[in-house]
Amino acid sequence: MFSGFMINAWVAGTMVAVVAGAVGFFVVLRGSAFAAHAIPNGAFAGAAAAYWLGANELVGLGICAGLAALGIGSLGQRNRRDVATALALVMLLALGSLFLSLSGGYAPEVYALLFGEILGVSTTELLPVGVVGLACILAVVVAYRPLMLSTLVPDVAEAKGLRSRPTEMGFLLVVAAATTVTLPVVGALLIFSLMIGPPAAARSVTLRPALAIVLSVALAVLTAWAAIASSYQTNWPVGFFVGAYAALCYAGGRIWAAVSQRVRRAHSVVIAVAG
Amino acid sequence: MGWFFEPGLFSSGPVHTAAVIGAIVAAVSAVVGIFTVLRAQSFAGHSLADVATAGGSGALLLGLSPLTGFLGGGVLGALAMDLIGVQRVRGRDLATGIVLGVATGLSALFLYLDTTTHAITGATQQILFGSIFTVDPSTVPVVAVCASLTLAVVAFIYRPLLLSSVSTETAAARGVPVRLVGSLFIVTLAVAVGLSALAIGAILSTALLIGPAASALPLTRRVGPAVAVAVVLGVGTTWLGIAVSYDSYYWTSSHKALPVSFCIVAIVVVVYLASRLVAAMRR
Repeated sequence: MFSGFMINAWVAGTMVAVVAGAVGFFVVLRGSAFAAHAIPNGAFAGAAAAYWLGANELVGLGICAGLAALGIGSLGQRNRRDVATALALVMLLALGSLFLSLSGGYAPEVYALLFGEILGVSTTELLPVGVVGLACILAVVVAYRPLMLSTLVPDVAEAKGLRSRPTEMGFLLVVAAATTVTLPVVGALLIFSLMIGPPAAARSVTLRPALAIVLSVALAVLTAWAAIASSYQTNWPVGFFVGAYAALCYAGGRIWAAVSQRVRRAHSVVIAVAG
Repeated sequence: MGWFFEPGLFSSGPVHTAAVIGAIVAAVSAVVGIFTVLRAQSFAGHSLADVATAGGSGALLLGLSPLTGFLGGGVLGALAMDLIGVQRVRGRDLATGIVLGVATGLSALFLYLDTTTHAITGATQQILFGSIFTVDPSTVPVVAVCASLTLAVVAFIYRPLLLSSVSTETAAARGVPVRLVGSLFIVTLAVAVGLSALAIGAILSTALLIGPAASALPLTRRVGPAVAVAVVLGVGTTWLGIAVSYDSYYWTSSHKALPVSFCIVAIVVVVYLASRLVAAMRR
């Protein structure tokens, strides 16, 4: 399981999970799950176009992920982004199907983008993942305070001169960057599940943001590791295990929250009776 | 008109079936879509198409009919979303996302098993993108029956649904069972989306659910006329898309037609942008 060709899978899986856990915390907090789903799937069109033109796949992915982020950010109305997101998504997917049909109709490499091929990661693919992943984490760390402010109290953020639309756009572009490099390695499916499940679980366990981010990263890494191991054992696609384990994380978080709430209530009853 | 309608458009069997099934699916999607847009449940609508797809690929594996799989998968997914908490606006995205993650994971698994153990090639392509031209004519009656049932349910809960979509508080104060209406609606949504995902593919089903409804709503303030406009736009764009795709076969000497899903989606998006422009200019 830890032999030569698997090492890259472990390294790539870990890097992707760290990025997804950190960026995903804000995706969950801002309620941008639909955008986080639409951007990777929309980027698929870029890969199909690159395949058709014989261009670099990463460039295609980057352009389309960026376009998806800009489209969602600029068309979305205040508090109503879901329609713009849905239409940007279907437009890009339809373009993807057009490019696929132009280039002969069937391209296994392109389908691998949707479902991921973590067990076939080459060493040269690791470097861009590492560099852009680090840049995304840096962006989240640098923009931590303004992001928190505009997410939790948008009115205060506006009053302080932090405009919501550019903030949203910037955040979506970070999601797009994270998507672009991780997509060829792990697939659209895996990155989305990692961005939603572990952060949501972390949020139901603790309300303190810094702690929640650390927990979310840890849970994402665990999910990725467990999924790679299970996929290695069973030969089943890794995306299936990531989806299932991410949901288990979330269920665990919900149960934790429910139990701790009951315990707290019981405590307060005891205190009230004793007092 | 002869320059636009290439020879054989009206006599071709597949085009005929496509036009009929496209119109049925587009009309139902437009009606359900109005409420989906009003309730800001586009994400759920899109996810349910993917969830239905998981059901469809599972049915392929078990040897069940795809229709059972699409509808069964969609309804199960809708119930799961409802259970996790799609009703509250906060956390609604999450409930949808978690179900979507599991469902796409399952379709990855099912498609993998379909292609490895059952040697069904092209399953991925067919299920994801579909093609309205390859619809089996025998599915038309089944789709028509399910579509009428969906419309009947929407008509039955029209007023409470509308009230609770526009203002939950007012609806609750007036004694509308908001929770029940919400659950009923998401199951209806699952059936509508499952039907169209089966007939025309997952991508196109989202486009026809959201596009015409989102284009109609800014044009009129009243919901009744908006439903009518959305149905006309939905059916119109579908037919236009079918005609353009059919015609495109003759545009180049290499005779490579544009995919029909692409044509319809492109027209849907153009109509939406035009409607936003008209609404902005009126203001």
